[in-house]
Amino acid sequence: MNSLFIAASLIEPAVGLIFWTTITFILLLVILGKFAWKPILTAIKTREKSIETALKSAESALNDMRELRANNEKIMAEARNERDILIKEARETKDAIINEAKSKAQKDADRILASAREQIINEKNAAVTELKNQVATLSIEIAEKILRSELSSDEKQKALVNNLMKDVNLN
Amino acid sequence: MPTFAPEFKVFLNKFTVMTSKINTYKRFLTICFVIFALFFSFPTLASEPNEPESAIHIPDHSEKKPVDITKVAFEHILDAHSWHLWGEGHDAVSIPLPVILKTNNGLVMFMSSEFHHDVHGIHIVEKNGEKFVNFEEKIYYASDLQNEDGAFLNTTKNDKGEAEVHNASPLDFSITKNVTQMFISVIVLVLIFTSIARAYKKQGVTSAPKGKQSFFEPLITFVRDDIAKVNIGHTSDKYVPYLLTVFFMILVNNVFGLIPIGANLTGNIAFTLVLSVFTLIITNINGNKNYWAHIFLPHAPKAIWPILIPIEIVGIFTKPFALMIRLFANITAGHIIVISLIGLIFVFETYFISPVSVAFALFIDVLECLVAFLQAYIFTMLTALFIGSAVADHNEDGAHNEDDEKIAKAHH
Repeated sequence: MNSLFIAASLIEPAVGLIFWTTITFILLLVILGKFAWKPILTAIKTREKSIETALKSAESALNDMRELRANNEKIMAEARNERDILIKEARETKDAIINEAKSKAQKDADRILASAREQIINEKNAAVTELKNQVATLSIEIAEKILRSELSSDEKQKALVNNLMKDVNLN
Repeated sequence: MPTFAPEFKVFLNKFTVMTSKINTYKRFLTICFVIFALFFSFPTLASEPNEPESAIHIPDHSEKKPVDITKVAFEHILDAHSWHLWGEGHDAVSIPLPVILKTNNGLVMFMSSEFHHDVHGIHIVEKNGEKFVNFEEKIYYASDLQNEDGAFLNTTKNDKGEAEVHNASPLDFSITKNVTQMFISVIVLVLIFTSIARAYKKQGVTSAPKGKQSFFEPLITFVRDDIAKVNIGHTSDKYVPYLLTVFFMILVNNVFGLIPIGANLTGNIAFTLVLSVFTLIITNINGNKNYWAHIFLPHAPKAIWPILIPIEIVGIFTKPFALMIRLFANITAGHIIVISLIGLIFVFETYFISPVSVAFALFIDVLECLVAFLQAYIFTMLTALFIGSAVADHNEDGAHNEDDEKIAKAHH
C-alpha cells in the first residue's frame, strides 16, 4: 500500500456513499421534520407563549393589586377626612345648640322676670288703689260719723268747716 | 407554572455561561494542541523511512515487519466493505456487510464475508458470471491472470514504485461501514427525537422538561434562537428543521466516530459533500432579488464587472465547498492524531512510551469531544449564515462586512 493511493481515496467521494447519504438524509429530514421537529418546536413555542402570558398576567395582577391598595388607601383617607369633618360639624352643632339653649333660657328668664316685675307693679298699683279706695270709704264713713257728731251743733259745724278749710289749704 | 419560569431562565443562563467558558478553554486547548502537534511531528516523520519497500504483498505472519502507521491510520479513517472489530488478516473478526454492485449485467449482491478479509485483490468472488476482487477496499472486475503480487489485477508501477490499477470497476452501492453507521445514527436520532416529541404530547407544555427533554431542549432552542434567528432573521422558522437535522446528524456521527470501533462518517468527504450540496441548494433556491443582484449586478464600476461577476459566481460554490472541507478535515485530522499517538508504541516498539501515548491520546480525545460539538455548530451556523445572506432584505455593504467577521470568528 502506498500513501499516495490512500491519500487520493481519502478525498475521492465514493458514489455509493453519496447515493446512500442523499437518500438517508432526505428520509431523515422528512421523518424528523414531521414526527419530531414540528411537535417539539410547536410545544416549545406554546410553552414560551404560555410563560410569557403567565408573566404578563402576573405583572398585571401585581399592578392591579397596587392600584387596589392605592385605591384602598385613598378611600381610607377620604373616610378619615369625612369622619373628621363629621366630628367637627357635630361639635359645632352641639355648641350652637348649647348656645341657643342658653340664650333662649336667658331670654325666657328675662321675660319671666320682666312679667313678674310688671305683675308686681300691677299688684302693687291695685293694692294701692284698693287701699286708697278703702281709705277713701273709711274716710267718708269717718267723715260721715264725724260730720254727724260735728254737725249736731252749729258751733261744731262752724269749727269743722274752719278746720276743713285749714286742711284743704294744707293739702 | 409560575415556579417553572425562573428555573428555566436559570438553566439557560447556566448554559450560556458554560458555552462562554468553553470558548476560553478552547483557546487554551488550541495552544496546547499546537505545541503537542509540533512535538509529535518529529517521531511521525522519523517513522517514514521505516515504511516497507513493497507494502502490497501477501500477508506473511512468519515474517516480523515494522508496522506501517500510515496504513493503519488510513484503514481506520477510510470506508470499508465490512465492519472490522479486531484481529488481522485471516484472524480478523469483522461484521460482514452487504456488497451491492451495479455491473454491466445488472445488480449483483453478496456479503462482504465472501472476500474472506482479503483486500489485496487475491480472493475472487464470482457472481452472475462476473468475477470481482477487493483491492484496498475498492472492488474491481478481476483479471484472468495474477500480477507479480498475486493479485488478479492488471497493475503497473510508476517511477515512484506506486501501483496503478488499470482494471475497470463496477458502480459500488454497497452498504459499507459508513452507510451502516449512518443507518444506525438515523435510527438513534429518530428514536430519540420522536420519543421527545411524544413526551411533549403526553406531559403537555405546562410542565418543565424532564430527562432527555432537558438535555436536548436547550440544544434545540440554541439552534433555533442563536443559530437560525440570529443569522437568518424573521423568516428563520422555515429553515429550523433543516438546521436541526444537520446539527444533530453531524453531532451524533461525530460522537459515534470517537468510539474506537465506530466509523468515520463525518470525516468522509462523500458525506460532507452531500450535506454541503443540500446547503448549496437550499441557499440558492431561497436566494432573493438582492442576493442575485449582488452577484450579477454588483455595486461596482461596470468596468470591473467582468472580473467581479465570475468571482461572485465562484463564490456561490466556494462557500459550501469550504463547509465540506472544514468538517471532513477537522474530523479526519483528529482521528489521525489519535491513531498516530497510539502508533508511537508500535513505531518505538516499546511499552514504555505507552503512558505518554495514552495520556496524549486521551487529551486529544477530550479535545475531539469538544470538536464534535464545535464542528456540528460551525457547519450549522455557517449554513444559517449563507441562507441568511441569501434571504436578507437589505443590500448594504455593512452587512457583508459583518458576515465576513462572523466567518473569520468561526474559523478561529
